[in-house]
Amino acid sequence: MSELSKPAIKEQNMTLLVIRRFFKHRLAGIAIGALVLLILSAVLASLSQYSPTQQEPINSFKPATADHWFGTDELGRDIFTRILYGGRVSLAVGLLSSFSSVLIGVIVGALSGYFGGWLDSVLMRVTDAFLTFPTLFVLILLGAFLREQPIPWLKNSVLVVIVIIAILSWMWPARLVRSLFLVLREREFVSATRALGGSNTRIIMRHILPNCIGPIMVTGTLQMAYAIITESGLSYLGFGVQPPTPTWGSILSTAQVHVFKAPWLAFYPGLMIFITVMAINYIGDGLRDAFDPYVIHTGNQ
Amino acid sequence: MRTYALRRILQTIPILFIISVLLFFMVRAAPGGPLTAARRNPNITEEQIQKLEAQLGLNRPLPVQYVEWVGKMLRGDMGQSIKFRRPVSEMIGERIPNTLLLVGISFVLTLLIALPVGILSARKPYSLFDYIATTITFMGQSLPVYWLGLGLILVFYVMLKNPINGNPLFPGGGMNTFGKEGDFLDTLWHLALPVTALSLGWAAWYSRFLRSSLLDVLHEDYVRTARAKGVIDRNVYYKHALRNAILPLVTLIALDLPTLFAGALFVETIFSWPGMGRLFWDAARGRDYPVLLGVVMITAVLIISANILADLAYGFLDPQVTYE
Repeated sequence: MSELSKPAIKEQNMTLLVIRRFFKHRLAGIAIGALVLLILSAVLASLSQYSPTQQEPINSFKPATADHWFGTDELGRDIFTRILYGGRVSLAVGLLSSFSSVLIGVIVGALSGYFGGWLDSVLMRVTDAFLTFPTLFVLILLGAFLREQPIPWLKNSVLVVIVIIAILSWMWPARLVRSLFLVLREREFVSATRALGGSNTRIIMRHILPNCIGPIMVTGTLQMAYAIITESGLSYLGFGVQPPTPTWGSILSTAQVHVFKAPWLAFYPGLMIFITVMAINYIGDGLRDAFDPYVIHTGNQ
Repeated sequence: MRTYALRRILQTIPILFIISVLLFFMVRAAPGGPLTAARRNPNITEEQIQKLEAQLGLNRPLPVQYVEWVGKMLRGDMGQSIKFRRPVSEMIGERIPNTLLLVGISFVLTLLIALPVGILSARKPYSLFDYIATTITFMGQSLPVYWLGLGLILVFYVMLKNPINGNPLFPGGGMNTFGKEGDFLDTLWHLALPVTALSLGWAAWYSRFLRSSLLDVLHEDYVRTARAKGVIDRNVYYKHALRNAILPLVTLIALDLPTLFAGALFVETIFSWPGMGRLFWDAARGRDYPVLLGVVMITAVLIISANILADLAYGFLDPQVTYE
């Protein structure tokens, strides 16, 4: 083959292109850095010289000092350490339940959008039903109910929270993926693959799904933000992850009782939730820009 | 139109059926049960517990209890609260107006913030105002309502004092000052913090949504046509673009109702506002099953009806929509 037959346009690696475009959104770049830092601090929490449950009643309600960076709570536990450990729960719940809800959503949405017909009607009715659930009320009920079961693994409350949040939040990704599939299944490349004898599985997995990756990742960030806010809220209300495991929500919940005596207790856990969720939202914004070929880069859109 | 409304109402029956079955069996299958406290009490004999169970109908097979419960529900009888020994319907009935007051006022305030901010942002995209507004709305979207509520209590109840009498600037909870029940101004004063906590987050979502929805619409041909005809700028925005940009917002709000009620639950819990959310939270902690089931079912009915209303409202707002 001669040199001339090479395409005149320089080939670009799609992934590299997206990454480059992502980092053009400055705040998204900062947000990625912040999230990596948060994950690292949660993973390395055990390096702290305190344990999250070690009590020092003499040292209760101490404001921030050099020894206790964020102060101590009513039992003299180090807040900074508890926040680090709490980050493990929040980030694990955020990552795993958003992944599961997106996975369920992609399966339901792909089947519904691609095959249509009665399958679509059934799946969409179920989705509609879930969308009208008073979600938080059901989460509280489920949280209270599942933990009372005499089955040991259900007592692992972090897992329970991950599962119930995923079960009650897959509907938005499902609707999104369905709408994408409805459009993409009519496109020429799908007809071409079908004419060449490509199976439905191949068309879905190799041809349509890769075209949906951008919106799916964006909705994944939304799901993750939702999961983190919901888990913290549930724990704050007392129906999420149970003590003595520290979570941002449960630290906030005890802080509320002592809001007169030690207002700083309420400040840090909430700030962590706020920063984490904001970082995730900015990452979502950056991804939206990165995958959208028509967007004008302004840094903050 | 009428057949469509009817069909939508009929469609809700299986949804309500699924919710009710799930909730009922989940709640009733839980060990512990409403008599846990009685069981722990050494003064109460096993015989007395069985008597109590029989009295409350808790000893019969679950399906029987379910059918009976649904039958009663349909007649508006939601049973008796185990803790308070009062009809659940009565307890919920007392709380619904309070929740609707809180959610209603917050919603109005939300729109009062979100509409102008969203419109101004879209009229001058990438301007200084837009930049500030987008940054603030981004923060608002990430702010957990329970943290915001606590912060408001801290600042306006604990820290700031009324300069005249030295009392807290705003009440930290409740609906009325003791002895001032029924005084609407006093209730409004109590509403200030909870409403602020609820509205800020919602306003952030809606203004952002309205901004992008307006920006989408502004690229449409009919907007260019209107401009070409010489329609003045203000009318292009308010008469031509806004009306179309509002449509997706209606859908968003309808789909968002569960989130709105969730927000109300948090705020009611934090500010001890005597609404349905607070009732539910108290009942969940005491495993007061009839109350829990009643509140979830009523909330589900409220959400579903609002969804149907939103669908019908769509027809009025958008003449292109036809109901087959």
